[in-house]
Amino acid sequence: MQKIGVFVCWCGSNIAATVDVAAVAEAVKGEPGVVFATDYQYMCSEGGQSLIKETIKEQGLTGVVICSCSPRMHEATFRKTVEAAGINPYMLEIANIREQCSWIHKNKEEGTEKAIILAKAAVAKLNLNTPLIAGESRVVKRALVIGGGIAGIQTALDIAEAGYEVDIVEKQPTIGGKMTQIDKTFPTLDCAACILTPKMVDAAQSEKINIYSYSEVEKVSGFVGNFSVTIKKKPRYVNSDLCTGCGACMEKCPSKKTPNEFNMGLDNRTAIYIPFAQAIPKVPVIDTAACLHFKTGKCGICQKTCSANAIDFDQKEELITKEYGAIVVATGFNPLKPTKFDEYQYNQCADVVTSLEFERLMNAAGPTKGVLLRPSDQSHPKKIVFVQCVGSRGQSCRDHSYCSKICCMYTAKHAMLVRDKYPDTDVTVFYIDVRTPGKNFDEFYRRAVEEYGVHYIKGMVGKVEQVDGSLKVQASDLLSNDQMVLDADMVVLATAVEPDPTAKSLATMLTASIDTNNFFTEAHPKLRPVESPTAGVYLSGVCQGPKDIPETVAQGSACAAKVIGLLAKDKLLSNPCVAHSDELLCNGCSTCANVCAYGAIDYVDKEVNDHGKREVRHIAVVNEAVCQGCGACTVTCPSGAMDLKGFANRQIMAEVDAICK
Amino acid sequence: MKYSYYPGCTLKTKAKELSDYAVAAAKVLGVELEEIKDWQCCGGVYSTSKDEIASKLSSVRALAQARDEGHDLMTLCSACHNVIKRVNEDMRGDENFRTKANNYMAPDMEYHGEANVVHYLEMLRDVVGFDEIKKKVVNPLTGRKIGAYYGCLLLRPGKVMEFDDPENPQILEDFIRAIGATPVLFEQRNECCGGYMTLNDKELAQKRSTAVVDSAVRNEADCLITACPLCRYNLEVNSETKLPVIYFTELLAEALGIKEVK
Repeated sequence: MQKIGVFVCWCGSNIAATVDVAAVAEAVKGEPGVVFATDYQYMCSEGGQSLIKETIKEQGLTGVVICSCSPRMHEATFRKTVEAAGINPYMLEIANIREQCSWIHKNKEEGTEKAIILAKAAVAKLNLNTPLIAGESRVVKRALVIGGGIAGIQTALDIAEAGYEVDIVEKQPTIGGKMTQIDKTFPTLDCAACILTPKMVDAAQSEKINIYSYSEVEKVSGFVGNFSVTIKKKPRYVNSDLCTGCGACMEKCPSKKTPNEFNMGLDNRTAIYIPFAQAIPKVPVIDTAACLHFKTGKCGICQKTCSANAIDFDQKEELITKEYGAIVVATGFNPLKPTKFDEYQYNQCADVVTSLEFERLMNAAGPTKGVLLRPSDQSHPKKIVFVQCVGSRGQSCRDHSYCSKICCMYTAKHAMLVRDKYPDTDVTVFYIDVRTPGKNFDEFYRRAVEEYGVHYIKGMVGKVEQVDGSLKVQASDLLSNDQMVLDADMVVLATAVEPDPTAKSLATMLTASIDTNNFFTEAHPKLRPVESPTAGVYLSGVCQGPKDIPETVAQGSACAAKVIGLLAKDKLLSNPCVAHSDELLCNGCSTCANVCAYGAIDYVDKEVNDHGKREVRHIAVVNEAVCQGCGACTVTCPSGAMDLKGFANRQIMAEVDAICK
Repeated sequence: MKYSYYPGCTLKTKAKELSDYAVAAAKVLGVELEEIKDWQCCGGVYSTSKDEIASKLSSVRALAQARDEGHDLMTLCSACHNVIKRVNEDMRGDENFRTKANNYMAPDMEYHGEANVVHYLEMLRDVVGFDEIKKKVVNPLTGRKIGAYYGCLLLRPGKVMEFDDPENPQILEDFIRAIGATPVLFEQRNECCGGYMTLNDKELAQKRSTAVVDSAVRNEADCLITACPLCRYNLEVNSETKLPVIYFTELLAEALGIKEVK
């Protein structure tokens, strides 16, 4: 028989205002096993915890029920408390009489009645609790960073700095990500490449960092501290060990008509290419869809040209499997392609461009060598209209409901740079709201308006028309309630930030969760912003939500700190509330294995002793280190063989019985 | 396939050919349009004032009748379609309006939005299929460059009409391809022609309709097609630039080789 103490918390007035806490304590006194019950103002305070510890010793308690807030809040706190007084931490039950009771009831009588029922249910369950011992697992001292943009690079550099090995997997031929395509960065207007490329070089030169470029994560298994990841290295058809990066192959390549991704398709590249001058690794890739050798079997000029003999048309895809203690998701974003926004004529008109395309048109390494020229006729635009929130903050199916956060600032930057470089250019920005929270951000925006004379108009553009080689922009000015038609030479669309298209499949692979917009979900929106709900999987950068560069870098470092904290441990305590199978009841049907999202259930042929009868049976075995204790198998098992430690079927039924009494 | 058909007043008078060609072409495509009995004018404009009941009751009556006949209710005129579909949405989702409308009319069986409202174009796309139409075309309109004029009513509000993407429509362009002609995209294809303003601000109507036709001319359309009698009238009469404006059903009949049958 258990000796149970029940402690009812007031939580100040949070609980006590709607629940008669003394009545709850009084009501449970007659329940089986209960030898002590009391109430206290703040159970989580030092005084409250001392009260629990002293009572355990005085009364010789074997289990404790605390009626308080949600176990998500203080279960860990109280487990430590009872453990300090010599009770197994799993001999503690929490009845949630705050979030699920006092906060949602107004009537004190009803609240009290419900609190009493919840307390009795917890007592009924605790009567069937058994002490549980957490197991241990090792920690592989290496981290994997998926995505080699500024977020991934920052995280990798910081982890490497602490002395741990890091692998970066980047699907593009080079690391660097979106920041490589940006010209200047707000609010300081320093050159993006100048601040990014040294970090890329640091990553490449670090002894602790290993870069798998042009590679993708193929398969993930295991659990926190012990992930096993298969990485697919796509064939570059160039031997990285031999290539010197001289670029002779690119000069000689006769296939020169492939839209250049790095310049957003505004110029062309060759079939064998290095995306940009500062690429890391500086090793070309052959685009087999464009390469004449792969298309016709002829050509091979690059091979003949290469003095290092690095071209290898027979290179094959390679699969590498490695173990990691932690995985960081840093898959970043893509700007929305506005093909569904026909009112802006993006599909029809070359002079309607997205903001990232505009970045390339302003960049010295871009298709126009940094001279702002209209794509249609290479003339200098004299009037430019910027349209904000294209695909953001909308309600229709083509829009995202969220604010993309960075567009107000980069549009102000574009507007300012244009006015600075070409003062004779007239610049107008259409906005819904201008949102510039951030250090020195609003000052930056005001400079665009006050010093650089950028026209800001509150309102949206309804239609862009091509008339005689220029554009007519039909819009409304909401402050003066005017309908207007503006002449423009170029229209720039600030398109929404979208998570990388790989986010969804990667989230499935990692059993990490994503939200309805495909952004990765953090474990807690305020208090655990860089961890995913899946242990050992961390989030860095825009994959978690729209962010500018400073925020991305800050989050990248925060993420590294969390990873370092994990890798610094030699062993991890595992959750003992895991499933186990009763080998005498299991009939080997594999229904449980089919529903297990973590791959924690294996089948073995094992000799069992069924009431004196010895025979070999095909039965389920749970890998306790992998099991997350979700309970899906226990409800699926047709023979009742699967059960969850700490949440056994008997315990749940006892709770239900207590509630229904 | 059979539909309860709501032609509307204009299609019985000024825009008779819009309807006549539609009924004849439907027959060739294996679709029967049975005109509902004693239909009344839809009112021409959907009133957005929340307490307006009376002007919507004729739509409710037509909808209830289609429900009783057991068919979807087919419309053709953009304005009728807009009014009736939106009233149907109100009968489905706006409890206050539904109760009042039913109390007002005291029908044998209360109407709760059971009928579906289908535009003729939706039937062509979703029931017959443009590929099937292509097969039945005997007189392909090869070489004709046609601008599809959607106007403002046919597709909006997008969430209620659920017809096509209001900013990126393609149903009429697909239709034009099905009858063998070449669609011409022009910027103003889904903008308002100013038709409703023609009486109280003629200048505005002229400005809007001229902008529409100019846009089509600039993009080298030979003619415009529409599903809306008011748009057609406005573009023909009020636009300072002239371009033939034809009902899409007339071209369908021509392509199916039944234009003379009428």
